[in-house]
Amino acid sequence: MSQAETTVDAGSVRGNVMRAKLASFIQRQGALVALLLVSIFATIRYENFLTVENLTNVLRQNSMLGLVALGMTFVILTAGIDLSVGSLVAVAGVTAASLAGYGLMVAVLGGIAITTLLGLINGLVIAKARIQPFIVTLAMMIAARGLALAYTDEKSVSVPASATSFRELGRGQIDLGAFPLYYPILILIIAYILGWVVLKYTRFGRHVYSLGDNEEAARLMGLNVGRVTLGVYTLSGALAGLAGVLLASRQGTGQPVAGAGWELDAIAAVVVGGTLLTGGQGGAGSTLVGILLLGLIFNIFNLEGSISPWWQLVIRGVILLAVVIVQNRLSKRK
Amino acid sequence: MADAAGLSRTGEVKGLGRSSIADYAPTYGALAALVLLLIFNSIFTTNFFDVNNFRTILIQVAPTMLVAVGMTMVIATGGIDLSVGSVMAIASAVAATSLGYGAGIAVLLALVVATVVGAFNGTLISVFRIQPIIVTLAVLISGRGIAQVLSNGGQLISFDNPSFEYLGKGILAGIPVQVIVMVLVVALAVFLMRATAFGRYVLAVGGNEAAARLAGIKTHRTKITVYALSGLLAGLAGLVETARLGASDAQKVGLNIELDAIAATVVGGTALTGGRATVLGTLVGALIMQVITTSFNMRGYSVSWGFVIKAAIILIAVYIQRPKVA
Repeated sequence: MSQAETTVDAGSVRGNVMRAKLASFIQRQGALVALLLVSIFATIRYENFLTVENLTNVLRQNSMLGLVALGMTFVILTAGIDLSVGSLVAVAGVTAASLAGYGLMVAVLGGIAITTLLGLINGLVIAKARIQPFIVTLAMMIAARGLALAYTDEKSVSVPASATSFRELGRGQIDLGAFPLYYPILILIIAYILGWVVLKYTRFGRHVYSLGDNEEAARLMGLNVGRVTLGVYTLSGALAGLAGVLLASRQGTGQPVAGAGWELDAIAAVVVGGTLLTGGQGGAGSTLVGILLLGLIFNIFNLEGSISPWWQLVIRGVILLAVVIVQNRLSKRK
Repeated sequence: MADAAGLSRTGEVKGLGRSSIADYAPTYGALAALVLLLIFNSIFTTNFFDVNNFRTILIQVAPTMLVAVGMTMVIATGGIDLSVGSVMAIASAVAATSLGYGAGIAVLLALVVATVVGAFNGTLISVFRIQPIIVTLAVLISGRGIAQVLSNGGQLISFDNPSFEYLGKGILAGIPVQVIVMVLVVALAVFLMRATAFGRYVLAVGGNEAAARLAGIKTHRTKITVYALSGLLAGLAGLVETARLGASDAQKVGLNIELDAIAATVVGGTALTGGRATVLGTLVGALIMQVITTSFNMRGYSVSWGFVIKAAIILIAVYIQRPKVA
């Protein structure tokens, strides 16, 4: 701000600059502002809102979708899209559940390994065959769902009762006295910190942004576009796998129909957070805000208690549209 | 629309006919695949080569195909319409709750509402310049909710109205009514895309929107019309499905049909990047998917493996038909 004051002396120009800055701030941090407003509203209206139990529940319920949305953020930053994540959640879940008898590590790594491989295939086909991400991941969405259904014979796979450590992963907690830190929440926090660091401070992160900003320019500057593409889809597959493993662990079963529609919820969270679908702008922090905002709105529906599920759907769609329209208006003012 | 059709008679350029042979060539790959599938199943799948079976295939493909015709036009503009399944549910709920006023009024009302929802999509996409995937995703989420609100909280509404049910159960000259509806819609769409100014506008907007606008094409109006048409056709599909079932199930009607319609469109040779469209190709694509489902059922294979095959076909089709980048 001090820089603006020294270089610009005309008051009206300064006003314009400040307004533009405010608009750009709201466009980038609009979801954060909305999150704060929603939190204040909920704190005043519901006495049960600002309790450790309630907030922990919100985080627990959204931790798996949060992991999926983090992977989606990387993909969308490159101006891609990954429709396969919901099906990958199911693949990882049924794999982990059927491996749970062999121990925690085998189940977790097995579940994540297979979806990482499927994510890698997404990336390979997109990068080498030059087919649009939308189509490639749509095909993977259909195929992976088919694999999960075929592998389980269309039935859910229960985690053996003896696999206590695997069951503990999705349900257990580290007791911090007043605040119970559930493992999925801990994993979510670690994943977002890592995601934020990777995007902000590593070469791979910068390449993700430049690829999304302008693919042709990135290619001309000698950036290995194929490798970055491979990287983001593999990462998205791995994170969807992690989410699927946690889900199976929490539910005690691996369900071949799990994760249906999660790709749309994840895209909504990424976009509401402020990451642009055209790539190059946004980040892990934005998506976390998007996940929390949508999660809190759902939480308010529950606390309110009288809003029917179908009205909840209507309101969710309207909020998604409203947020995007506001962001769009503000970003064009610049 | 009337002026667009009028223009066509004078606006049709003969030279375009020649170059279009190459443009439609990708369709033949999909057509060859369909013919192979039909021959293979006729020989190896018992009871497949049977008039009744073919009739069932056509009945089952009709709603998907109606939606896919609209999807083809939307994709030709470089857009996407994820809301079609929810629009089907809205049309279904509107029709079922207004059947008391007569079948004609109910059908008309449902189609008007569906068209309005589509025009709403198109307005947000063109005038407000929000990405199609986000707009139609929001309407996919909200629309399903609206349909359930309309049907008293997502209840199954059954009815007994022979004239409405004729749309999904009737048979005219030995042909199921919804198959006739499908053929008429496909024929109209082929005419619209190939022989009218509107069809050219759609392709121009999808090919290069800025250039189309500079050339004097009303891009906003074209896009709004395309999404409105997609809504209208989704509504029609919802009515056919509702009439066939003899009940409106707002929770289930049209669920995930957007994926089938997109798959049929891209397998048929329409590029997701816009500017290129083939309605007949989409018909071939939809039939390929339906024949796979039907033959898997008849042969007692798990439908799960059918998903894997369908995914492979989508990828192979798009790979073969991808535009050659110089």
